[in-house]
Amino acid sequence: MKASRVISKAYLWLVLIILYAPIAFIAVFSFTEAKSLGNWTGFSTALYRNLFTGSMQNSSALLSALENTLLIALIASLVATMLGTVAAIGIFNLKGKKKATMNFLNNIPMINPDIITGVSLFLLFVFLHISQGYTTVILAHITFCTPYVVLNVLPKLSQLNPNIYEAALDLGATPMQALRKVLVPALRPGMISGFILSFTMSLDDFAVTFFTRGTIGLDTLSTYIYADARKGGLTPELKPLMTIIFLIILAVLLIINMRQSKSSDKQ
Amino acid sequence: MGKRSNWALPYFIFLVLFVVLPLLLIVVYALQDGSGHFTLANIAKFFSDGDSLGTFALSIEVAIENTLLCILIGYPAAYILADKSLNRSAVTVVLFILPMWVNALMRTLATAELFTMAGIQLGKGTLLFGMCYDYLPFMIYPIYNVLDKMDKSYAEAAQDLGATPGEVFRKITLPLSMPGVMSGVMMVFMPTVSTFAISEFLTNNKIKLFGTIIQENINNSMWNYGAALSLIMLVIIGITTVLQGDNKQEAMGGAV
Repeated sequence: MKASRVISKAYLWLVLIILYAPIAFIAVFSFTEAKSLGNWTGFSTALYRNLFTGSMQNSSALLSALENTLLIALIASLVATMLGTVAAIGIFNLKGKKKATMNFLNNIPMINPDIITGVSLFLLFVFLHISQGYTTVILAHITFCTPYVVLNVLPKLSQLNPNIYEAALDLGATPMQALRKVLVPALRPGMISGFILSFTMSLDDFAVTFFTRGTIGLDTLSTYIYADARKGGLTPELKPLMTIIFLIILAVLLIINMRQSKSSDKQ
Repeated sequence: MGKRSNWALPYFIFLVLFVVLPLLLIVVYALQDGSGHFTLANIAKFFSDGDSLGTFALSIEVAIENTLLCILIGYPAAYILADKSLNRSAVTVVLFILPMWVNALMRTLATAELFTMAGIQLGKGTLLFGMCYDYLPFMIYPIYNVLDKMDKSYAEAAQDLGATPGEVFRKITLPLSMPGVMSGVMMVFMPTVSTFAISEFLTNNKIKLFGTIIQENINNSMWNYGAALSLIMLVIIGITTVLQGDNKQEAMGGAV
């Protein structure tokens, strides 16, 4: 029994080390000034300083890519959370064929690889003569985010006592009040995990953005990195930026996890 | 309660407009020539073009190898993570899914750079292992999810009835965890076939996968041929989905 524990632990650590090697690599080389990724020219925090003071080559391009990424992720995941929550309530109350159809349609964007979602939406915007840019990227992100919100909210609906919404109405609440004060609080955990999932997927997206951003020069971090890498030289300040983003995500996930395990301890 | 079923309507319209119609447009564009007349020439071109066919075959091969590699490495990890006697910390699970949320392009560039530093030539080997880095969390998570929720009493009953640990695994745990493996396959196989930036970075543009030729055609305004190639991928997706059944839903629900 002891031996199997040691082997298991060692195996987990080995896989973790392999998984984190590239990330650690970026983090380590963010503390040197060299241009290319694997080049060490002595310890320095210059790249961090450049990042925060904006004193670097292409600084406006990189910072606007960061701003676009965050703004698109925020808008897309907020809209996806609202659309997905309302949809989940609707789907939960559907029956038979209609419910099966909605579940089927909701699954399509999750099964489709990014490139299919990207190409198909590109063709839609071409077909409808919609010029591509911010709006089309956000619409595209809402398309691939909403299904995950629906999936995260639906289980909360089946845990909900169906009578409490009616009880609120009987006690004189308007449907809007009953929604705000009864339904939303009960669904909130599902909405929050749907939102976070949407936000992170939007942040990480490359292919869908690539096909729907049009030719107006709109860049997110992913498309910026792609263009940069194809040109041959990666903007060195990307290394500290990625390290910071990674640490933020790590902190957020650990906090969520600790909160979840605390609340499940209480139950 | 009846009226609240109407709440699905806005999303239904949204899905028709942004999911169903775009997919139909892939079919429409694939079956048209540049001036909008019906033709099968785009499809025929794919089947007579040695380059496209070769890329397609290579993509399927790499995707199968990558999927198998992910199962081989990921299943034991998921098994250990889900076994309460071996792993008690939820944080370890978070550590395994966290890399999913680091920008994939950046991670891939770093991976390629690591290979170069180690003196390994960029090529098919680095493509395979680099892809495995990228997709491993997507294999581990659904398998872990299914194993974690599995009713342990079946395994205990088998044990009580005299099954050896090997038999318990082969006859109880493995079959019961198949839905997780299937959704893992779903999340690794098709994305591998269709990836474009990742394969370009990992092989220094030496090896093209199917996603790259779709992207090149669309970006060079050869929309009809690009759509035809996408249609071929859609057919493959349809086939794998039907073959695997539909397990992704339960595996990814509550993923945070």
